Amino acid sequence: MDLARITLKQAADLLHRRALSAVELTQFFLERINAHNPTLNAYITVDAEGALADARQADACLARGEATPLTGIPLAVKDLFCTKGLRTTCASRMLADFIPPYESTVTRRLREAGMVVLGKTNMDEFAMGSSNETSYFGPVKNPWDHSRIPGGSSGGSAAAVAAGLCVAALGTDTGGSIRQPAALSGITGLKPTYGRVSRYGMIAFASSLDQAGPMTRSVEDAALLLQGMAGHDPLDSTSIDQAVEEYVEQLSGGVSAQERMRGLRIGIPKEYFTDGLSESVHKALQEAIERFQELGAQCQSVSLPTTAYAIPTYYIIAPAEASSNLARYDGIRFGYRCEQPEDLLDMFARSRSEGFGAEVKRRIMLGTYVLSSGYYDAYYRQAQKVRRLIADDFHNAFTQVDLLLTPTAPETAFRIGEKKEDPVKMYLSDIFTINVNLAGLPALSLPCGFDAQNLPIGMQLIGRPLQESSLLRVGHSFQQVTDWHQRSPL
Amino acid sequence: MSIDAATVKHVATLARLRVTPEEVAQYAEQLSRILTLMEALGRLPTEDVEPMSHAVAMAIPEREDVVCHLNQREALLACAPESEHGHFCVPKMIE
Amino acid sequence: MNHKKIALRSGTEQALATGYETVIGLEVHAQMLTQSKIFCGCPTRFGADANTQICPVCAAFPGVLPVLNREAVQMAIKTGLAIHGQIRLLSEFSRKNYFYPDLPAGYQISQYELPIVEQGHLMIDSPERGEGIRIGITRIHMEVDAGKSLHEGIVGGSWVDLNRTGTPLMEIVSEPDLRSSAEAGEYLKKLRAIVRYLGVCDGNMEEGSFRCDANVSVRLRGASAFGTRCELKNLNSIRNVMRAIDYEVERQIELLEEGGKVIQETRLWNADLNSSRPMRGKEDAHDYRYFPEPDLPPLRLTAERVAAISAVLPELPDAKALRFQEQYQLSHYDAGVLTSSRELADFFEAVAAEAAALGQANAKMAANWVTGELAARLNRDGVEIQHSPVTPGQLGKLVAMIQQGTLSGKLAKEVFEILCNEGGDPQQIAEQRGMRQVSDEGAIDAAIEQVLANNPEDVAQYRAGKSKILGFLVGQVMKATQGKANPGLVNQRLLAKLAE
Ligand SMILES: [Mg+2]
Ligand SMILES: [Zn+2]
Repeated sequence: MDLARITLKQAADLLHRRALSAVELTQFFLERINAHNPTLNAYITVDAEGALADARQADACLARGEATPLTGIPLAVKDLFCTKGLRTTCASRMLADFIPPYESTVTRRLREAGMVVLGKTNMDEFAMGSSNETSYFGPVKNPWDHSRIPGGSSGGSAAAVAAGLCVAALGTDTGGSIRQPAALSGITGLKPTYGRVSRYGMIAFASSLDQAGPMTRSVEDAALLLQGMAGHDPLDSTSIDQAVEEYVEQLSGGVSAQERMRGLRIGIPKEYFTDGLSESVHKALQEAIERFQELGAQCQSVSLPTTAYAIPTYYIIAPAEASSNLARYDGIRFGYRCEQPEDLLDMFARSRSEGFGAEVKRRIMLGTYVLSSGYYDAYYRQAQKVRRLIADDFHNAFTQVDLLLTPTAPETAFRIGEKKEDPVKMYLSDIFTINVNLAGLPALSLPCGFDAQNLPIGMQLIGRPLQESSLLRVGHSFQQVTDWHQRSPL
Repeated sequence: MSIDAATVKHVATLARLRVTPEEVAQYAEQLSRILTLMEALGRLPTEDVEPMSHAVAMAIPEREDVVCHLNQREALLACAPESEHGHFCVPKMIE
Repeated sequence: MNHKKIALRSGTEQALATGYETVIGLEVHAQMLTQSKIFCGCPTRFGADANTQICPVCAAFPGVLPVLNREAVQMAIKTGLAIHGQIRLLSEFSRKNYFYPDLPAGYQISQYELPIVEQGHLMIDSPERGEGIRIGITRIHMEVDAGKSLHEGIVGGSWVDLNRTGTPLMEIVSEPDLRSSAEAGEYLKKLRAIVRYLGVCDGNMEEGSFRCDANVSVRLRGASAFGTRCELKNLNSIRNVMRAIDYEVERQIELLEEGGKVIQETRLWNADLNSSRPMRGKEDAHDYRYFPEPDLPPLRLTAERVAAISAVLPELPDAKALRFQEQYQLSHYDAGVLTSSRELADFFEAVAAEAAALGQANAKMAANWVTGELAARLNRDGVEIQHSPVTPGQLGKLVAMIQQGTLSGKLAKEVFEILCNEGGDPQQIAEQRGMRQVSDEGAIDAAIEQVLANNPEDVAQYRAGKSKILGFLVGQVMKATQGKANPGLVNQRLLAKLAE
């Protein structure tokens, strides 16, 4: 077995059978990171020492028979989860030297479950971007084609999973930042229902949209990782106080893919299959629909009429919240401070202007503008109203169907630099994913084909609130009868 | 919608960002384009629609009034660019 | 520095004299007496070493989130009910965005469009407009307090201490219903009494746990539109609030009289100079970019929860004062003074109860002793009623003895002094020191006989119609008894003897 392509499930089996030690597995990935990260730039920080210490502990747990399904699994963590004692940069000059004295709830839970943190992955600065080109630490390369972007903002995590620089990774998704890079890098990514996973210790971009999720080599792996992440957290007031389902158990439940799919109603939103969609993506989606039909699902067309308004709605709400969330970077308590400030105002303005990159500043400007007096009602309040209409669209669709199937991104990975200078063009690459964040729904992206350049294509399954288990079950069934997810750039 | 240089400068001041003359021109152009994209929203009838601030409808949880605290001064001050005698330092402020 | 000397007469008098009317609205920030901060578990204790009571949440480190303190909500509801306000069953937190070193998040979590309390009021006695003037309270909302910046004695910069950051505040906003500095003072005293009765705030203006900003404008008497207002800050006592208002009223009237215009601005009061000056101009006009706090879902209350709080509210100053008037036959004024604090009211009631238990109910006398002798003593020593050197039991006994006639008012004051300085039982003190009042008719008659015998000329003059001589004769009898004779009885017996 090629360890670089090992799934979380397979790795757990090897560790539990003690056919492999956590230290060996960790060492293997650390070596791979050493060899390939200089090219891919997927990691900002590698914590070899910490990882090996975690791995030794995991081995001790395994020896004592106290292991969980996640014990000893090497994990890559997007560099916006605060990790105690381990630099957390958010891919920004602003936090280039920030070492948090506290731990995010998600990483704490996963560490407690025995996972081994290899390091912190590259991303768009403060998660603002769809290509991973806004990172202060340089762009990430798509493992399928090094001249292309891996998607963003969780581009480092996506590349690390695709290139075998970890077993699984953590991402966060504000407007598609897990799903779009998953699609463009040929891996599986899940954005859970808003509130299912704690946001405590996750550096905020847009608080009402941000949600953390797993990025893995299979749906089964996503279920395993989500199981360790999800659950109520008293430290997050928007965390949902409801028991977590048994995602892994519910994946198969002992019956065949056909039995699980029989009678399932899949909605195909017609607004997602329009001119903007590339031919290859369209074709892959058609084939996926046929696959689902073969499995016994009923696919029917549905309408989400407000879809076209999602981009402007999102690009008002997210920057507005971001402009406020990023006000705390003032050069006083942490982060970058300019040299020799003349006075207080100079310190604020210069620290922020020098510490933030262009895209972050653009969004702060936009968000400040739409909230400022005289514009609030026209922009922000109107966007919040349209947000409700978008959520209502989904609600209505779910009275007719059980889940929705859409493309994840309108096209496959584009070239580095191709859209960098045109923010509007860049913003349109989130067109199929941001509705889901606005509505707070769970959505899964999984590989469903390749284009002529051998670039991966992803499809998106959107579910009802807290129906992660249903998405995972359907996605897993698809992966049982297809092998797109098993293809690798290696 | 087009945004002029004065507006860009005003917004930059509110956001505590320093902008060069080139950046003012660039922001004016880019923000105008983005805002043009957003004008579509005004065309939707929304008089009776309740604004949606939260992705999930829920009520605020309340914690008990219990002190749960360790003195973390040194750990937190260690993150600061400048600190002195247990304080965060800033340039001289005048009221 | 553009300050001028304070006027000798108050701004309010000036306003009256020149035909202007003063319009005042007050914003009070009251720190709630919770154990922990409003959105984190840090303690709220005053006076700890700098930055020892902070955590990643209140210091606004990256990625952390607020969790609401239930007790802060309870206290805001209590206060809302106490000022007869509407408690909103749906309220929300918003962010008020501005940059300042003592505001670590770059925004203050506050309430904006949907505050927890709306449309309340309280009643004050106005020196100008009479008793029972209704002052509207627009709203009460919850918000976080900011930290503190230190400047003095620091070379090359300023220091930031975030211990206070995140302490729960109630902002209590009045309608512009106040018409004089004296009314503003009365309003603050009443509001402070209420929050203290409720135990939701210690009301300490000097330490800053009860802070007041005043919005002041003037207009020609009879005008319906408001004048341009100025906001006064840095008012750390009720006295300073009143002085700053007087100064401001005078300043505005002078400006207008000279044909000038009032500019809307924030002015800082300087108590040492008795003047105010405009705050340094902000770089940007206040544009706080309020929006609903995405980290906190809306606050939903049930009518049951509000009712449960309402059911256990203590008796509040106005209700207590009314009861005192009825139950103890006190004047409106006395009842008002005695109910100005819960401790004082409780003390008075305990004194009255003790006297009544001894069969000598005289609440008026109890009230006089509490507001007179005792208050003077406490005031002299700078002591709170809770730490009174005399217990209600002791004072109640003393009142009963006066009422009984076993102690004259003069001797009672002496006993009171001894009680204050040495403690003890009033009855024993009086007996041991031979201070018991002589009410024995035989003894008094004997003394009278003696005095009449020693002063035959005076007796003759009295009998000839010089009734003023009576006072002299009473004094002689009192002297003969070393002041211990019951003066009422002396009077009565002397008159009888002289009539013989
Ligand atoms: Mg306030
Ligand atoms: Zn705290």
